[in-house]
Amino acid sequence: MIIVENLYFTYPNGVEALSGVNLRIEDGEFVAIMGQNGAGKTTLVKHMNGLLKPTRGRVLVDGIDTRRVSVARLARKVGLVFQNPDHQLFSETVEEEISFALRNFGYDEKTIKERVDWALNMLNLERYRRISPFMLSGGEKKRVALASVLAWDPKIIILDEPTIGQDYMQKEKLRQFILQLNQQGKTIIVVTHDVEFVAECNPRTILMKQGKIIASGEAEEILTNEDLVREAYVALPEIAKLFKCLEEYGFPRNVIDVYEAADLIYKRLRAGNERI
Amino acid sequence: MAIIETEELTYTYPVGEKPAFRDVNLKIEEGEFVIITGPSGCGKTTLCRCFNGLIPHFYGGKLEGEIRVCGLNVKDHPTYEIAQHVGMVFQNPENQLFALSVEKDVAFGLENLGVPRKEIRKRIDWALKITGTYNLKNRPPYELSGGQQQRVAIASVLAMNPDVMVLDEPTSFLDPVGAEKIFEVIGRLNREMSMTIILVEHRLDLVSRYADRIIVMHDGRIMMNGDPREVLVSEEARLVGIGIPKATMLYKILKHRGISLNRPPLYSEEACQVIREALSR
Amino acid sequence: MSVFDGFKFRSISSPIHQLDPRAKFVYVCVLFAVAVMFNNLIPLLILFLIQIPIVFMAKVQKEWMRSMKGSAVFAIMIFAVNLLSLYFYAGHETFTSILERSLAMTVRFIVLVQSFSIFFLTTSPDMLGLALEQSGVPYELCFAFTTAVRFVPVLAEEAQTIIDAQKARGLEIESGNFLRRIRNYIPILIPLIVNAIRRSMELAETMESRAWGACKNRTNLYVLKIKTNDLLLILFSLLLLTVSIYVSIHVHIPPLTSLFT
Repeated sequence: MIIVENLYFTYPNGVEALSGVNLRIEDGEFVAIMGQNGAGKTTLVKHMNGLLKPTRGRVLVDGIDTRRVSVARLARKVGLVFQNPDHQLFSETVEEEISFALRNFGYDEKTIKERVDWALNMLNLERYRRISPFMLSGGEKKRVALASVLAWDPKIIILDEPTIGQDYMQKEKLRQFILQLNQQGKTIIVVTHDVEFVAECNPRTILMKQGKIIASGEAEEILTNEDLVREAYVALPEIAKLFKCLEEYGFPRNVIDVYEAADLIYKRLRAGNERI
Repeated sequence: MAIIETEELTYTYPVGEKPAFRDVNLKIEEGEFVIITGPSGCGKTTLCRCFNGLIPHFYGGKLEGEIRVCGLNVKDHPTYEIAQHVGMVFQNPENQLFALSVEKDVAFGLENLGVPRKEIRKRIDWALKITGTYNLKNRPPYELSGGQQQRVAIASVLAMNPDVMVLDEPTSFLDPVGAEKIFEVIGRLNREMSMTIILVEHRLDLVSRYADRIIVMHDGRIMMNGDPREVLVSEEARLVGIGIPKATMLYKILKHRGISLNRPPLYSEEACQVIREALSR
Repeated sequence: MSVFDGFKFRSISSPIHQLDPRAKFVYVCVLFAVAVMFNNLIPLLILFLIQIPIVFMAKVQKEWMRSMKGSAVFAIMIFAVNLLSLYFYAGHETFTSILERSLAMTVRFIVLVQSFSIFFLTTSPDMLGLALEQSGVPYELCFAFTTAVRFVPVLAEEAQTIIDAQKARGLEIESGNFLRRIRNYIPILIPLIVNAIRRSMELAETMESRAWGACKNRTNLYVLKIKTNDLLLILFSLLLLTVSIYVSIHVHIPPLTSLFT
């Protein structure tokens, strides 16, 4: 469980990135943090594995104050997958890349081998085992980055902008994979501005603006609230825009899923026909 | 005469075992707005690099078949000549700005062409105004947001007065608000200046409404090439795995259940219109 | 890194900022030559004092203070080394004489730092590149220079991101013996270098796409012209040089301490 208490953070250059954030994420939750570039989303999640320490206030991960422990220690529980895999890939083979963190955490060779096999399998990377990560395509690199974090099986997984540069199929696979991880009991936190992706995942959604949380709730409620969405400089999902436009016909406002939308419209059109 | 014409175009990278794309036959008319889309690795980015001569001149490799751009045979003319007709905007905004001020960046291309100073100043102001970045004229690039940087990149290309502008996933690194601003600018260039636009994109929900044509590539070949509505509604597009706009998906689901809306919508406002029409029948 | 702030260009409107970099360069060279010409404390102190009004005219007092603070460590080292070596090898001189000579060396160092600091604080890399170009340096080199400067903050930020990403995978940079610590930098250097190479490829693509190499005679948006103030600075520098040469040959400069006895 992650508890953020009255968190303030100011960067060395004087910019106050977080102004009093209070947040509580239970084990097994699936949370999306959205907001404009510069709202403080990445700054906030960097506090969760100790990369940044609060200027004021505190962050507790499973009861441990992040100011008291090293990043390496927190990282065991909280895996953070960075936005750009090119910022971490450096090994000669994919196998070594995935072993890196495991070695840092001091696992024995036998366990390392097991976990590497498992991670390669999970993300369909077995055929790239002996290949240099620099030879892979963008999508494959992202999978290697994810695999290298999953390898040490953290209970909380944070993904920073996982959908950037991904095509439709890759996003679909990612979405299904994340949902699967969540079903297995992992706490998932996704930082993103991809509103359609969030609409498809339907997680608890948090909106941030200028270092503060301005909303927290179900995706259906938050992403269909035009005022909130505008304030956070996020876009309305396409289906939400559609139903806003069809308001006068009495459709419910909190619809973001295309299948649910189709169902509602179908029923209305059929009912209309029957009346005739 | 088409502004870009290719015949059985096939290209293999110097270190490639198989072609990045093959047998591409394409005709793009002046003033068209064409979207090229397809799953990662389908060859769309590589194809784009042929339009301004980076392929074959910068990348080397083997380019077979014919390609003519603004009447010039790409294989026979150096990149700096073709670049005067075809401008290119890349994915990463940061790596397209090298100077220490926006003004100098926009001037770069014109300086390379030996344009006189007075003319350079005029074109800089003009390009900055069209892209809505005039107020950023003296700012250094690292102070700008991704969206602002990308608009400056567009201005830098625009200042050279190309006939065609090719944009390769220009909004990859931008948030939706930034992305919409870019598409707005591109749409305006196409409508008001009749500039031919070739846009490589995944985010079809935001941009298919501007396009005259959508080309879908898969595994190095062109699979579909036609009217956006026809392409996006097709079963083939779904199988290839491109991002069909939600509005179009809605149309397809309803069609599948026996309800025929008047036409396939490409975005929410259009879907609303079409559903209203159906409800009032 | 704050000592480097004393050398980073600050964009302010001041008469010194408006000066042509070539004129400023002449000034810095002359100052360098004069500082080296004298071993005595008094002229060096004068050189130091001359530059103070320039610092204020350029409105860069705060940054200049930082460069002074940053060089304080070296200054003290130079003072100590000179003091000790003179004490042991020139024992026949009086203590005050040794003190004064050590101080003189220290002030010389400070004067040099001071003049370079003023130069870089008041000259934008753009203008510097332009000055190089107009002085005959091939355009490719000038372009490489200004582009490198433009990317310094970007690379610095990227380095920090890479460090964060590897720390998040359990890398403890500070741990272990000396050899271990060096190895710890591999996961940071490799991505940094690979990305820098990739970046330069993308830059090259962009340059080609903007007609790089289209014609032999590039025009330039800005052109540096020597104006009256620049001529004044150059004249002043040459005057200073001439006077200094004369003084160093014909005038005997007393030690500072002797003026007080």
